[in-house]
Amino acid sequence: MLTQIVTFLIFVAVIGCILYGRKLIKTEKVDAVFGNPERALGGTHWVIVGSSFLLLIWLYYSWDIAKGFYPKSANELCQVAKVNDSLLGLKYQFPIEEREFKSTSQIKKENKNLNLILNEIQNSQEMDNQQKTVLAGFIKKTNQLIPLLTNEDLIENETKQKINDITGKINLLTENFQKPNYPFETEQELNERLKAVSEEGGWGIVKVQSGTGSIENTMEVPLIPATDRGLKFHAAAQELNLISDEFFKLRNHNPQFKNQIKQLKDDIKSYRNDLSDSEEVASTYAKNIVKIARRIEFASIYPPNALNKMQNAIIKFDNAQLKIQGGLRLIDILLFPAGTIVASGPSCSEQGSGRWLPKPSDTFNKFILMSKPSVGYKDIPLLWIDMVDVSKMIGFILPDWIADILPGEYPVHTKDGIVKENFKGNVLKVVTGDFKLFKVPVPYGHIWDSFLRVFLGLVFGIIIGVPLGLFMGLNRFAKGFFDPLIELYRPVPPLAWAPLIISVLGIDNTGKVFLLFMVSLSIMIISARAGASGTQLSKIHAAHSLGASKRQILRHVIFPNSLPEILTGIRVAVGMCWGTLVAAEFLAGTTGIGFVENVAKKYFQYEVIWITIFIMGMLGLLFDITLRKIIDKTIPWRGKG
Amino acid sequence: MSDLISQNLNMIFKTPKGETVHALKDLNFTLKKGELLTVLGPSGCGKTTLLNITAGFIRPTSGVITLNNKEIDGPGVERGMVFQQGALFEWLTVAENVNFGLRMKREDPIQTAKKVDEWLEIVGLQGFGNTPTYQLSGGMQQRVALARCLINDPDLILMDEPLGALDALTREKMQSLVLKIWKETGKTIILITHSVEEALLLGERLYVMAPRPGRIHKEYNLPFALMGLKEDLREIKKNKDFSAKREEILEMIWNMEEEIMGKDI
Repeated sequence: MLTQIVTFLIFVAVIGCILYGRKLIKTEKVDAVFGNPERALGGTHWVIVGSSFLLLIWLYYSWDIAKGFYPKSANELCQVAKVNDSLLGLKYQFPIEEREFKSTSQIKKENKNLNLILNEIQNSQEMDNQQKTVLAGFIKKTNQLIPLLTNEDLIENETKQKINDITGKINLLTENFQKPNYPFETEQELNERLKAVSEEGGWGIVKVQSGTGSIENTMEVPLIPATDRGLKFHAAAQELNLISDEFFKLRNHNPQFKNQIKQLKDDIKSYRNDLSDSEEVASTYAKNIVKIARRIEFASIYPPNALNKMQNAIIKFDNAQLKIQGGLRLIDILLFPAGTIVASGPSCSEQGSGRWLPKPSDTFNKFILMSKPSVGYKDIPLLWIDMVDVSKMIGFILPDWIADILPGEYPVHTKDGIVKENFKGNVLKVVTGDFKLFKVPVPYGHIWDSFLRVFLGLVFGIIIGVPLGLFMGLNRFAKGFFDPLIELYRPVPPLAWAPLIISVLGIDNTGKVFLLFMVSLSIMIISARAGASGTQLSKIHAAHSLGASKRQILRHVIFPNSLPEILTGIRVAVGMCWGTLVAAEFLAGTTGIGFVENVAKKYFQYEVIWITIFIMGMLGLLFDITLRKIIDKTIPWRGKG
Repeated sequence: MSDLISQNLNMIFKTPKGETVHALKDLNFTLKKGELLTVLGPSGCGKTTLLNITAGFIRPTSGVITLNNKEIDGPGVERGMVFQQGALFEWLTVAENVNFGLRMKREDPIQTAKKVDEWLEIVGLQGFGNTPTYQLSGGMQQRVALARCLINDPDLILMDEPLGALDALTREKMQSLVLKIWKETGKTIILITHSVEEALLLGERLYVMAPRPGRIHKEYNLPFALMGLKEDLREIKKNKDFSAKREEILEMIWNMEEEIMGKDI
């Protein structure tokens, strides 16, 4: 429903905007000079057209339009695919989709193989002439097997009868298939089928196991035929499967062939038995010749005209099923671009762009679902609030040794098994957070974890990097002393450090925060250093002659003067940290938005992958906009001094 | 008592190439309290070096310079400096810039605010206290720099081409302002310029310096600064005496420049 509305709105918006744009061009000066930058200004209506096209391409290539307008089409195409799948083996026997008869190509292939072996044998240095003659004889006999199969006079009546049977069955199916009431279904069968259909669910429905709070893959394509047309194809596919099995069980072996091949096999067997161990080469060649003979035995090789009727029957059925498909074919061609629904064995799947490009409607539904704290991903919500007692935070902040250094002893239990608290014991309770105060909301979840890691890494980087950078910008010793340390680790891509740091500091927050700290530290040091060493000497002179001390100059002149560089550095560092974090979460971890994407990849949850990509883009954008706002507010003088 | 006395001042630089440059050679002069000295000379004659030594930003190679019988060995509040580009702190507003020196001394903010307002009025910037400095024009920025320097009540004001970057009209107004402040406060002022007219107009005394090695070439005692306090500056420029002096000094500087060019070729 949503897709239909959106598609409709897109078309209205595109047409409206194009009309508006044309009107605007007419009312504006037409002879405006080409190359005037003014001509590129404005144009919100073209922005709408551009984004509409983007959305339309997404809707179209993810087959969401097909899903929105024809929700049953995938199920029907699945039934059609079943028929095609069943028909495939039979079709390949004839030049319908292939260039030649299967028999022809088989004969060509085996003749070629026999010639190849013959050549090898004749050129071999390791066998004497006698052996070569014997092996050549075998090859000749194998070659002589083929005409025994392709001679129309030799084909047995029983085989002929069976081929006629199969042809008749196909013709009967074609006839029945075109009847409107095919296949006959009792009321009970109908009800059972419809019940199964409703239980199975529709195309692209998200299955949620609410008990475990995990998101399963979406139902790709429902298998049970839901429509009458679908049922027709489903039934035909089942019948075709039986017919196909019957045909492939059939062997075109007449008595002459049977004798000949038995004799050949026996001859080769006794020949190989007589060979000594040193004549292994000849034995191997003989074995290969038998293999070819077996292939000829089990291939469906028939005389040239023996299967003509059957071929016509199959073509007739194929035409009939195309006719019955009717409008479905049009939907398949128009609304399933870059692929279609295919059946392989018992299941149907999307094959093509619809597979890896999730449908916007599915993605949206799944995102709404994942946002629910009770669902989340891997038992953890994306972003939610937990009520945490303030005492826990107090206990976390206060060090436990405060209680240890107090005079006195901790209480000991009495004979009666009662523990009487004293002052020291009570203090211990406070510093370990073992008491109750009031609760405050604290955010948690995948998004919050990722955000917190970036934030902490950045804050530590700023706290240490900025003073160090300023110091390095002003002092030769500091610059020389710390430069090697920073220049040694900075050029290494941060992710190269990740395996080491994660294995030393653990897969949880500590390792990742340290990694991000390393990333932000070098950036902050370099930017603060550039800011400090870029201070105009005249400003420092002015401050000196106004009576400022060294400390005051650092605080009131050099620091504010480096602020533009420092803030730009923070902006760069945020981007770097964000990128590094997601990759670090890929490597190891149990929470975080990168972790979600990594798990989703393992389970082929394309919608979840796209959702994480979207969340990461939005968060990155949010960081950047926030920082840009902060920069505009705190350093309005930038570039104007 | 409060004189600026320079005795055998020498300044020798070493360039990175290893050449020695004699920026100042045997400079001897005395500046009495309340005098306005302008220093003129072709580029490279050591004007700015002299000023930097006086401000205490650099030490002379040899010789002594004293203010109030105290040797100058570092920057100090008693010597205020006004720079060519203002050197304002663009992260502070006009009032905060003017207030900077007092704030560094940790004076009572209520009293300093009053002082700041007074000084902004003197330099003609009343009502601009909360304006960010980067929104000011060049002339206004120099007014702020002047007020920022004067609020500290220095004994000696050093001006390094303060009006060099201004347009002709603003420059004329600022010249009157400098004269007005000089008269009202009675400060000793050293003003460096490369405009002959400005040096003549503002200087009670005028040193023309010569390059290589930097030295005082000629000294003048001029009446125009005192005249400028009463008359319009443009009227003084029409004065015959003024024109004669201007031509004389211009010729002197031209000869110096030619000498340098000749040496180079």
